[in-house]
This record gives sequence, C-alpha cells and structure tokens, in this order.
Amino acid sequence: MIAYTLKRLLAGVVTVFFIATATFALMHAVPGDPLAGAKVRSPEIRANLQARYGLDRPVLVQYAVYMRNMAKGDFGISFTQQNRSVNDIIRQHFPVSAVLGLLALGFATLGGVLLGSLTAQLRGRMTDRTVLFLVVVGISVPSFVFAALAQEGVLLWNAWAGTTVLPVAGWGTFRAMILPALSLGLGTLAFLTRLMRSSLLEIVSQDYVRTARAKGLPGWRIFLFHELRNGILPVITLLGPALASITTGGFVVETVFAIPGLGRYFVQAVQALDYTVIMGLTVFYGAFLVLMVIAVDIAYGWVDPRIRVAKEGGA
Amino acid sequence: MSGAIGAPLLSKDDLAPAERGDLRQAAVRPSLSYWTDAWLRLRKNRQAIASLVIICLLLGGTLLGPLLWRVDPDRQDLARVSERPSLSAKLTVLAEPPPYVETVAVEDGAAAAPAKGALPAPAALEIAGDPTVQAVRLQWARVPGAESYLVYRSTSRPGGDFLGLPLGETGAGSVVSFEDTFNLEATTYWYSVVATDGGESRDAATVAVTLQAGIPLADARLLDPGANPGGRVERPWRPLGTDYLGRDVLARLLSGARVTLFIGFTAPLLYILIGVILGGVSGYLGGRVDHWIMRVTDFVMALPFLLLMILFKVAFGGGPGESGIVPMLVAMILLGWTGAARLTRGQVLQLRDAEFVQASRLLGARRSYLLLRHLLPNTLGVILVSLTFAIPGAIFTEAFLSFIGMGVAPPTASWGSMCNDGIKVFLVHPHEFLAPAVTISVAVLAFNLLGDGLRDALDPRLRSVE
Repeated sequence: MIAYTLKRLLAGVVTVFFIATATFALMHAVPGDPLAGAKVRSPEIRANLQARYGLDRPVLVQYAVYMRNMAKGDFGISFTQQNRSVNDIIRQHFPVSAVLGLLALGFATLGGVLLGSLTAQLRGRMTDRTVLFLVVVGISVPSFVFAALAQEGVLLWNAWAGTTVLPVAGWGTFRAMILPALSLGLGTLAFLTRLMRSSLLEIVSQDYVRTARAKGLPGWRIFLFHELRNGILPVITLLGPALASITTGGFVVETVFAIPGLGRYFVQAVQALDYTVIMGLTVFYGAFLVLMVIAVDIAYGWVDPRIRVAKEGGA
Repeated sequence: MSGAIGAPLLSKDDLAPAERGDLRQAAVRPSLSYWTDAWLRLRKNRQAIASLVIICLLLGGTLLGPLLWRVDPDRQDLARVSERPSLSAKLTVLAEPPPYVETVAVEDGAAAAPAKGALPAPAALEIAGDPTVQAVRLQWARVPGAESYLVYRSTSRPGGDFLGLPLGETGAGSVVSFEDTFNLEATTYWYSVVATDGGESRDAATVAVTLQAGIPLADARLLDPGANPGGRVERPWRPLGTDYLGRDVLARLLSGARVTLFIGFTAPLLYILIGVILGGVSGYLGGRVDHWIMRVTDFVMALPFLLLMILFKVAFGGGPGESGIVPMLVAMILLGWTGAARLTRGQVLQLRDAEFVQASRLLGARRSYLLLRHLLPNTLGVILVSLTFAIPGAIFTEAFLSFIGMGVAPPTASWGSMCNDGIKVFLVHPHEFLAPAVTISVAVLAFNLLGDGLRDALDPRLRSVE
C-alpha cells in the first residue's frame, strides 16, 4: 500500500511538472507582446515592468526561475493588477469555490446514491423509467443552461411569492449557495445515479446476496449491509473525475451566479489575458485535480479490500 | 399444443434416424448477421429511433438549412434589435414626422408659487399631433414655480409611487412639451409628467396612448426601395426573433450548427481513429510497445482536459479575424484519444486469444486477414458506441469553451457562442438564449439516447443487467 501510494504520488509529481512546463511553453508561444495590454506610458516604465516580470531575461532562465518559484508555491504577480500576487488571489477566492464545490459534490453524491438505489429497487417500473429518462436529460443539459433557467424560475417564484424565497445571485449566506450548488452538481448527480443503479443491479444477482436472502434476512438489512456497501464502490472510484468536472463546471456556474470564486476569477483572467494569473491558476488547478484523483484512488484501495490485497501482493 | 384430438403429435417416422442429406435438421430461418441483429434490436427501442430521427433532422437542417432559409446570418439590422419571434407582417409606412419644436409657455406672473416640493400635477396633459412608433409628443400647461418637468413611461397603468421608466427631464420650467422616440413599440403606453422645483412632487398627470404598428420611411426603403408614406411594406418574418445586433436567430442557429456539428463530429472521429490505431497496435503487439503506449495514455489521461483546452486556445487562437476552430480541434484531438485507445486495447487483448481467432491462426491466416476479418469487425461495435458518446461530449466542450469566451471567436456563430451572447440579456429577451440552449440540449440528449440504444443493441451482454 505504501509502495503504491509513493508510486502514485511520484507519477502525480511528473504530471504536475508537465502541466507547469506545458503552461510555460504555451504562454510563451503566444505571439505579440505580453505588455501590450498594460498601460505602458514610457520606455522606463516598460523596462521596469519587464524587469519586474523577468521578461528581460533569456527564456530558459525565465523557465528555471518560474519552475523554482512554482516548486516553492510562489505563483507570481498578476499582470493586470500589479499589486496583487496570484497567491493572494488563491487565498482569497479559493475558499469560496471549495465550499461551493463541496456542497455540489455532497448533493451529487447523496442524490446519486439515493436515486440510484431507488431506481434499482423499482427496476422496470414507471418511476424507474421516468427517473432514468430525467437522468439522461440531466446529463445532456449544460450546467450554464440549467443555471440560467433555475435563476429565471426562482426570479418568477420570488415575484409570485412577493418575497425573496431564494437569492438568485451573490454569495455569503447559505440560502445564496443553494441554487449554484444544485446547478453545479446536477450533471454529476445524473451520472452517479446511473452508475449506482447499474452497479446495484449487477450485485442483486451475486451469490452472497442470494445467500443472505436464503438465510432469511429482512430486505432492508440485505440492502444496507450487502448491496449498498458493495454497490457504492464504483461511485467512489468516480469521485475523482466527478470532482474534476465540478471544479471546471464552477468556472461557468460562478460566472452565471456572480460568485466571487476562483473559477470566475480564472475566466476573467483568461478573458483579460492576464498571463501570470492564467499560468499560476492552471498549475494550481492542475496540481489540485491530480492530487484529488490520487487521494480518491488511495481511498478506494483502502475501502475495497480486494484491491488492497491485489496491490500489496502485486507491486 | 393444439393438435387435432386423436391425431398423435409425433409419428414413428419422425423418430427414424435421419439420412444423409435430409435437410429437415437445417436451420430454416436465414442466420442473422451481427449488424442485422443489432439493427433489429435498435428498431425496437423507441427512444433511440426518435433520437436517430432528430439527429438526421439536425444534420439535414445543417446541410440544407442555409438553402431553405435564405437569410444572411451576419446581416445586422439595427432597426430590429432583440425582437421577439414574429411572423411576417404588412406594415404601414410612416411619414417623416414634422420637426420637433419645444413648446415654451410664458410666465404667468399672477399665480403664486406653492410651497417647495408640493407642486400640483401639470394640467391639460395631452398627446400633441399624431403619435406613431417613431415619436410620441406630449404637451401640458405650465405649473407656476416649476423649474423643470420629469417624464415617465410605463407599459402598465401607473399606480402609487410607480410611474415607470424615467424618460427624461425638460430643460426649464417654461418648456412644456416632450418628445419620446425611445424604443417605441406597437402597444399601449402611459405617460406621466411630474413638475419639480428641486424637491420632486409625486403629483403626476398621466395620459395613455395606444400606438399602431408602423415602419419608419427610412427602414421601409431598405426593404422596398419604392416605399412611400401611407403605403404598406412586407416585413420579413423572424421565426426565432433577432439578437442584440438585429441578426436573425434562426439563420445564426443554422450557420452555428455547421461550426458546432463540424467540431462535434470531426474531433471525435479523428481522435477515436487515432485511439483505435494506437490501442490496436498496443494490444496486438504487446510487450514493450504496449508498455510505453499505455504509459503515455495514463499520463495524458491524468491531465486536466478543459484547463489545457483553455490554455491552448489562449496561446493559439487569439489572432484577429480567426474563428478559433482549428486550435480547438487540435487540442481536442491531442487530449481526447486516450479513452478509445484503452478500450480498443482491452478489446484486442480479449479477442487475440479467443478460440475463433486461434483457430483462424492455426488454419494459416495471415496477420492482415486476422486484423481485418476478426479483430476489427468485433471491435467496431464498441468503438461505434464510444463514438456516439464522444460526439455529445465534444459538443459540450465546444459549448462550454465558447460560453466562457474561449471557444469560437465572435463574428462566427456557434451554439455555445450564441448562448454566451444570449445569457447577457436572458432576463429581458429570453429567446436569444433559449434558442441555442434548447438546441444544444436536444442535440446532446438525442446523441446520448442513441448511444444508450446502440450500446444495448450491439452488446447483448450488457442488456442482461437492465
């Protein structure tokens, strides 16, 4: 297990190294002057700015400095707001995105497991087919479409009720988080529902379930301790990719709901071509996602004894 | 069993040993090929067939649409900005209104000015001249002590403190007329005028006016050069309305379909082809080649897809006048092939050692024969299913990137970029967002349902789970 963890972490470091290098290479392949957008009034200011961002040095030196800073966790200074470091931006905006992402992930996982179990129990019935169709719809509607529709719907609801039932934009209170978290988690919820359902259906015909039934265990016990425990495993494997899709989905949902999260900031930086912020945040997001996928995989090995044994025996 | 009573079901002859050449044992029905069988299964799936029809319609619309709906998607018409969906209409051509001159009332020295902030409502508020959708002119009697007048417009009857949209303020207390030319439509308006002397009084005079549909002469001449005031011109219909530059939404949807579906089809086709080749080689050759190809696959899979797509776009798609389609395609292909490679490799590994392949090999089949005759056809089903799921994925990616402004660049329409334009005015003009959003959702839904159907039809083993 330790050997496996170390191996995965090492592979993760290589991946992040590559992401950082690719980011650097791509950003330096951009034609034109990175300072063209900044307000440069005189050659002196220009020279100062170039020195501040290290643009006056050879590319290889810039690369070395950049990699050393990244390794130390220093992501540089924003291009458009020259008194703000990328680390400041992350410190200020990432917690917002993290809360939103966790809420969405929690909603998606809980909802997915519940709906998946429900449809598996009612397989072939009208409820099952209806939920399954809704699930495909949920997978097919882009999150920004759902977000916009939900916003409009709640606006109408607010107008009809005469009070603010739910705020439709902004951040701060828990009530303001509900709508964005639903929009962000919906696609993942649909996806996990499907997964949970097919995983449970496969388990229903397993020998140990038949044994449990033959022993005369009550249905809820079989479901909770035999079916659910095993059926939830594939859901856990896919939490890594689910987290990735929720993180990037946040770019859009935060923009629609005007939430001051890192995702919206990233989109704004991309649109404003704020190179250092783009580079810093890409590497940050990349490292975050790689780490999360590894964490989920390790947790999976810990949860599923079959995998644990295979890994300890094998590598 | 419904045999005639008394007649035995089997006679002794039936149990006699078969003779050579006796064909009674042969299968009577023709054997079904894999694909015929799959098609028969798919045909029973109503959702999948409905999706197939929708997809065919979409493709047909994309190819033939611009021929059938001959409206230039790039033509801007600033006279028809953000118009709701409408049918064609015959409109009366309006004459050029006479030049507007402010009415100035002389001071009536005798009347005493009331206390500050408590001015009465202007008396005798009325519509001057002929109100049209070009201009509505108001005039009223002077209020003693007023420094100016505020004019409001509302599309519903004003009540309480609500007077509607503030239109403007007259320059002085002696100016007792106002001309409204702001976005007038053929509907009923309530105009309210409030006198003010610094402190605004809420005592308003209100007048209602109902405007008839009409079209200004200059706009009419664009449609029909021979149009004259009082005549009628045909205004072409906009079945899905117009966008913020007055462009026809339906025409843009059709031209956007070309971009979106081009990306949605080309990228998956290419990256699945690459994935199949790499995965096939990897699985078939095995050994060191397999090891390294799979290492690279694992590595590319670990990369955050959308982040790198954004980076790629920032680096290579920024030039002016470029649509940004090619960089998007390249990035999708570079990062997308891994799934197909893994799938094909697994499939090939499984088939390579299957009995029928070993038998064929024993019979002396060459490698190319094995590949083309056995491995490829048996992998094709799985690949087709993954292609059907990859297409909505690519449409999604395009929409996502264009929505955050990192996809197709502005003058070119795509469904994603239309959503991006539309959502800014969603609360005021919902049709501009809904048209592309619904189209994306329906297209992706159709592909997903078809993919589900194909998977069930092509792989009966998975069906047992259902």
